[in-house]
Amino acid sequence: MKKLIIPLLMACVTLTAQTPQAREIIEKVDKNMSADSRVFTSRMIIHNPRNTRTVESKSWSLGEKKSYTEYLSPAREQGTKMLKLEDQLWIFSPATDRILQISGHMLRQSVMGSDLSYEDMMEDPHLLNHYAGKIDGEEKIGDRNCWVISLMANSADIAYQTQKLWIDKERFIPLKKELFAKSGVLLKRMELSDVIQIQGRWYPKKIRFKDVLKEGEGTDFEMTDIEFNTKIPDYIFSKASLKK
Amino acid sequence: MIRFLLKGILRDKQRSLLPVVIVIIGVMLTVFMYCWLSGILNDSIELNARFNAGHVKIMTASYAKNIDQTPNDLALIGVDTMMTRLRKDFPEMNWAQRIHFGGLIDAPDSKGETRTQGPAVGFGIDLLSGDRSEIERFNLEKSIRRGKLPAHSREILMSEEFSQKLKVNPGDTITLIGSTMNGSMAMYNYTVSGTIVFGTGPMDHGSVIVDIEDIRNALDMNNAAGEILGYLKDNYYNEKRINNMVTRFNTLYPHSDDEYAPVIVTLREQNSLGKMMDQIKGLGAFAVFIFVLSMSLVLWNAGLLGGLRRYNEFGIRLAIGEDYSHIYTSMIYESVLIGIIGSVIGSSIGLLGSLYLQRHGLDLSNMMKNATIMMPTVFHTRITSFAFFIGFIPGLLSTVTGTMLSGIGIYKRKTAQLFKELEA
Repeated sequence: MKKLIIPLLMACVTLTAQTPQAREIIEKVDKNMSADSRVFTSRMIIHNPRNTRTVESKSWSLGEKKSYTEYLSPAREQGTKMLKLEDQLWIFSPATDRILQISGHMLRQSVMGSDLSYEDMMEDPHLLNHYAGKIDGEEKIGDRNCWVISLMANSADIAYQTQKLWIDKERFIPLKKELFAKSGVLLKRMELSDVIQIQGRWYPKKIRFKDVLKEGEGTDFEMTDIEFNTKIPDYIFSKASLKK
Repeated sequence: MIRFLLKGILRDKQRSLLPVVIVIIGVMLTVFMYCWLSGILNDSIELNARFNAGHVKIMTASYAKNIDQTPNDLALIGVDTMMTRLRKDFPEMNWAQRIHFGGLIDAPDSKGETRTQGPAVGFGIDLLSGDRSEIERFNLEKSIRRGKLPAHSREILMSEEFSQKLKVNPGDTITLIGSTMNGSMAMYNYTVSGTIVFGTGPMDHGSVIVDIEDIRNALDMNNAAGEILGYLKDNYYNEKRINNMVTRFNTLYPHSDDEYAPVIVTLREQNSLGKMMDQIKGLGAFAVFIFVLSMSLVLWNAGLLGGLRRYNEFGIRLAIGEDYSHIYTSMIYESVLIGIIGSVIGSSIGLLGSLYLQRHGLDLSNMMKNATIMMPTVFHTRITSFAFFIGFIPGLLSTVTGTMLSGIGIYKRKTAQLFKELEA
């Protein structure tokens, strides 16, 4: 019997050593997906049931708390700016020359009629800070082997209380995400693609968001130019910059 | 014989004046009452039609399903072409484009920061094209409390109560915060041109009115409209004509699976208005029935009295040899003539009075200050074709019936006792 138990235990130890814990995987995902600061230009292609619109913008973000976005096109939206500090957001509309503050539940409303909420658009959260995870198994997305990981929120004020992630085993990038409400209802589905290597990290240039509670074929969010850990002047994250 | 009787009625005022006057009064009241109740029903329907329902409403199929949410993302598009086609295909109708919208009205302080906000229900209607139909439908000129109607784009009308709640005055700038047709946040500045009083609680609490082109710009609804409302050109809802129009519409615009295909609904099919119309009609018919019945009893009694009053006359006529049936027939002919004369004069007076109130209305706004349902404050009578005949029911039938009943007594009189009765 002893002869049988010892090899079994050794096999388990070896397997555990080879299989990373969920925490390790999420940490590696955060290293790829999040940064101290980030500047990018993006194109949001919104596939509504009746038309398809493209909205271009440039965004600056500093950690998880500060974010600033300026819309570049179309003409109707050009010059609209959004500033998010902690959980408050200010929107400047050049047509009215007014700054409007929104907060709370309004942050979960759609941006420009897309499948992204203001929080989706402007937040860059470290998953480890907000979620605890567990590995559910392994699956293939296309030709990529992935870990399937479930994330449970640490606090009640997180928009998506649970998430299910399909994480590329090799590059530690989520290739698919499903975001759930506290009730367990699926709210959004994300497919991440066009993974490239930038500044020593893997990063998906294209994300397809689908708000499953909304009609339409989803929104493609494409990052055309991105820089990580770059120096961003402080004035960008002030209300004064909205009217500049 | 009829000419002889007519001469008798005209020449012997003592015999005819009282019955004719009673018939005239009874018929006049009946006709006026009928026109008044028809008018109230019509005014209630027209109020809903003018503000909200139209006589018919055209929307996309999806918009119709979710109409309570005023989903402008499901609005009709290409409405210019559609309006041209509707005007050509249905010349008996007037058409109006509308955009209903909801949003926040944000009033800034001197620094441009939000001072106060309030939720608003808005109507985008044609104010600036030069066609005054919508201004008249909303009765805007008479509803102005302060300021004036919008004369330029980017001007807005607010309900007086709402403007006081937000402490906003004519000339002030406010910002409408809403949602575009594509779901983006929309912010649009307006100058308050004036304030209005609708006279109905729900509308006065938080309504705004802007020009339809302005709201199109604000909500990114180029060449789109949530609803196209159709009104019969005489402005009276006529169910038969509307049903006929709807049948033709459904032939020209057949139903399809396309959720954005135009569909038409009648006023009856909206907001339980059909049920309300049936209830009001039922109540109105009952009230008219009771009134006609009571007038009939009065006129019946007048006929009876007429017969009894002429007891002596009939005795003499019998005594000098006139036949029972001849007297009875002449009495009935006489009452027919009195009924016709009274009904014609009574109907004419009733119709003239009704015509005056149909044109000018009766303003009861002071009595309806606190109304919480959408009811008109100026009531009009309405003359329908039936109003020309309804007076003849009590005026002619009841008078003749009364005379017929009282006349039966003639046959019970004995010739042998006539002289004794006359001597007494």
